[in-house]
Amino acid sequence: MKYPGNPRRHSRHHWRANLRRLLSPRTFLQRHAQVALDSLGRLYRNGIASLMTAAVIGIALAMPTGMFLLLDNLHRLSGSWEGQASLSVFLKAEIDSDTARQLADNLAAWPEIGAVQLVTPQQALQEFSEHSGFADVLGLLEDNPLPVVLIVTPATDQTDPALAGALQGRLTALPETDLAQLDLQWVQRLAAILDIARRGIMVISALLALAVLLVIGNTIRLEIQNRREEILVTKLIGATNAFVRRPFLYTGTWYGVFGALLAWILVETGFRLLSGPVGTLVGLYQSEFTLETLPLALFGLLTLTGVVLGLLGSWLAVGRHLHAIEPS
Amino acid sequence: MIRFDNVSKRYPGGYEALSNVSFDMQSGAMAFLTGHSGAGKSTLLKLVALIERVTRGQLFLDGQNVTRISSRRIPYIRRKIGFIFQDHHLLFDRTVFDNVALPLIIAGYRHQEVGRRVRAALDKVGLLNKERLYPITLSGGEQQRVGIARAVVNKPLLLLADEPTGNLDPELSREVMALFAMFNDVGVSVLVASHDLQLISELDYPVLSLSQGRLVQPGADAA
Repeated sequence: MKYPGNPRRHSRHHWRANLRRLLSPRTFLQRHAQVALDSLGRLYRNGIASLMTAAVIGIALAMPTGMFLLLDNLHRLSGSWEGQASLSVFLKAEIDSDTARQLADNLAAWPEIGAVQLVTPQQALQEFSEHSGFADVLGLLEDNPLPVVLIVTPATDQTDPALAGALQGRLTALPETDLAQLDLQWVQRLAAILDIARRGIMVISALLALAVLLVIGNTIRLEIQNRREEILVTKLIGATNAFVRRPFLYTGTWYGVFGALLAWILVETGFRLLSGPVGTLVGLYQSEFTLETLPLALFGLLTLTGVVLGLLGSWLAVGRHLHAIEPS
Repeated sequence: MIRFDNVSKRYPGGYEALSNVSFDMQSGAMAFLTGHSGAGKSTLLKLVALIERVTRGQLFLDGQNVTRISSRRIPYIRRKIGFIFQDHHLLFDRTVFDNVALPLIIAGYRHQEVGRRVRAALDKVGLLNKERLYPITLSGGEQQRVGIARAVVNKPLLLLADEPTGNLDPELSREVMALFAMFNDVGVSVLVASHDLQLISELDYPVLSLSQGRLVQPGADAA
């Protein structure tokens, strides 16, 4: 019971032609571009729903970005002080300016010391009255109660807190010294606090990243359910799993991109709002400090994070739900 | 083209839908598959489409043993087959053109080639002027013809049709069958499952008749 037929077609040739066509890089790019645009169009047609998902992702990405940026600014602020780490050496009251000048010259010769600046009691008093607002009261003083102060700046290779501490010990041991104070202490404390804040933000970032994954995963899951019929038909007419997966991966990626874009807008807006009051505040401290907004490199990183999270979230959703849809 | 070698299909639960079915349909042949509902027609088609897997026996498609083929390779086998369904399975959110283009997109054809082939396929089924319409606006017969265009657009080696005329009146059914005969004339193997015995008897093609999962009078009309 063999049904005769005409084997007019050569299937092996057919198959090879298919393979050649598939491997052509131009076709490959064309196909990806097509799917990417198609996914984009689908998001556009879904309008408000897509926007809401992107907004959730945007907010979740904006929060850690904004916090990191604030932290970075604080760090930069404290860093600018750390650079000029110095020790104030208060000399005993009986040391006069000439003796102090000699001591200053001696100290300047120490290898671990970069520079020594002498502040005479007169200078100190003048500076104090200028900045404290007590000029009138200070004018009533008969004697200048301030000691001679040497501002010691460590050599540039000695700014490490431990080395600065050792130097502080040696300076305290000098017979002329009443008190040697490391001006760095509160900066170090601030740095420690910033370190804790950084850890905290990292934990929050991780949690928010997880939230983004879940949001994208859930959105893609719904999308898969909506397109169930289409998936069935395409699988039945020879679509590989990769083909079926592709539009969903692109959708997830787009969500990531738009989320990152929205996050950038939120952070930028937030910092614009902050920059006024911050300018006023630093003006009061006569500081050159300006609030830095998102640099381009960080914006790139933000976008990359969005893309990776979007891709990963959709990949997880697709992996879990696509296999369940098989023609029957 | 399709070779069944003592094929049986038992579903989970023990129901045996096909028992020891053997036949050999050569490349370029056309045949009908008949039988009452429940006789195993759908199961046989699902085995060929690799939707269901053979429980016992061997199944060859285009000379290749696909009995234990890995699921990773199934899509590439399916691309050699054009499917036509009773309810045509068109995607209603895209145009006639996009529906027909789907197999070409899946197979990775170039844009220009897709346009050319889709129009050729639509021309063959007489729907060239409807490419921009959505399937919902077409009549039942036209929808079925879009389904046929989609099945033949990437020039498959084999056409599988499951009750393609089930929802059509006799006149349209005849037209659809004429289309199948036309594709067969240019070398495509065609297997049509149908219970429209009246129509089948009008056409001079071999008939595979299933009854309770067994092949009866195998190819009696073949000679």
